[in-house]
Amino acid sequence: MQNSYYDSKDLAKFGDIGDFEPVLGEKFFDYYNQVFEEGELTAREKALIALAVAHTVQCPYCIDAYTEASLEKGANETQMMEAVHVACAIRGGATLVHGVQMMNKTKRLGM
Amino acid sequence: MDVTSLTSRSHALKDPAEQLRVINNHSPVLCTLPRFDQMLEQSGLSPLKPTGIDIFQINLGYMCNMTCKHCHVDAGPDRKEKMSRENLEYCIQAIEALDAETVDLTGGAPEMHPDFRWLVERISKPGRTVIVRSNLTILVTNPKFRAFPEFFKKHGVEVTCSLPFYNKYTTDKQRGEGTYDRSIEALHKLNEIGYGKEGTGLVLNLVYNPAGAFLPGDQKALEADFKNNLMRKHGIEFNELFTITNLPISRYLEFLVKSGNLDDYMEKLVRAYNPAAAEGVMCRNTISVSWNGTLYDCDFNQMLEIPVETEESRHISDFDPEALLNREIRVNQHCFGCTAGAGSSCGGTTT
Repeated sequence: MQNSYYDSKDLAKFGDIGDFEPVLGEKFFDYYNQVFEEGELTAREKALIALAVAHTVQCPYCIDAYTEASLEKGANETQMMEAVHVACAIRGGATLVHGVQMMNKTKRLGM
Repeated sequence: MDVTSLTSRSHALKDPAEQLRVINNHSPVLCTLPRFDQMLEQSGLSPLKPTGIDIFQINLGYMCNMTCKHCHVDAGPDRKEKMSRENLEYCIQAIEALDAETVDLTGGAPEMHPDFRWLVERISKPGRTVIVRSNLTILVTNPKFRAFPEFFKKHGVEVTCSLPFYNKYTTDKQRGEGTYDRSIEALHKLNEIGYGKEGTGLVLNLVYNPAGAFLPGDQKALEADFKNNLMRKHGIEFNELFTITNLPISRYLEFLVKSGNLDDYMEKLVRAYNPAAAEGVMCRNTISVSWNGTLYDCDFNQMLEIPVETEESRHISDFDPEALLNREIRVNQHCFGCTAGAGSSCGGTTT
């Protein structure tokens, strides 16, 4: 095993996933590629969503890939940071909204 | 930080031989990358041959009012090279002999050449497209240059101009503080006299090139974004957007080396090699003439001082279309920039 779990060069090997299990690999990549095609959402909108999700799942490969993809699709720095804030708000909000459960329980237990 | 030309700084990369050494052998990664001519061979395109001389491109000189970070010409206010009247006359003879359909005027800022108006008056005629590659900001500098849009209109000149993005931050980062606002002012002026407007026949195209070490996205999608945003923010209209890939030469190469992006960028270009784009490269239907009259396969080879193969027709005074049509186009590792993805040329994608 290498000294680090993450190596940026591994990103380019993503397609090799199919080497160990070609059938599922192919199904996944067919699906994946179709997801990112221009649809009702533009390719740029999809790249920005992917960028936000990449930050939520904290995947360095995805952040690497979708920072570049967002730039390529014509997103600018402000749009990209706004997308990260959306992820941050939902993530933070998801924690905070559970405070309602805590409040519910506290109220039930309290006198 | 202010950008100055490599030449004015006596930077090692001002030497084309050094640029070629860097993109070929600067690191172990670069040494092991496939060579461009091998890729052409695999695509059945080697040796690369012309398909015609449809575009006659004249680089009038390297003087420019701007010093953009990515400039492949290393142009700037300090550059004094400009085409002599004698060489301009030879160009006109060649254009007439060819009856060239498209004449593409570039630089530097071509408008800064003292004979620019004289040249356009001599070469423009119905049925011929004369393109000026304008940086836009020159058109709002002083009264002499502010008069150019009307002059372009009078001669039906097609205006192709640089605008890396529809916002100030990205544009100014690449092209210098204040560029965006001045570009918008120039675009307004061009729109006002009919450029970019439907039905006028006055063509206004924009050129997008990435402001960093990444490749351009889909040309049509970016064009739609530019159209929506420039209309929404400024009420500006234009005809087409051309996406151009930055080639790893000159000041863009300096940026790649300094920022540690060179290996990744070259790998990216090689990975994105597209045989269909290779088939449509612009050098196959273009001749590029430099300020000193030397003939090149393209503007990039001009900057790398790789002249056309034909020794008997290597200067505009010896312009021989037949010999040039039989030449072998000279390639090197920078050519991967024109064959990546959907391809890249002075007119945008090539596939």
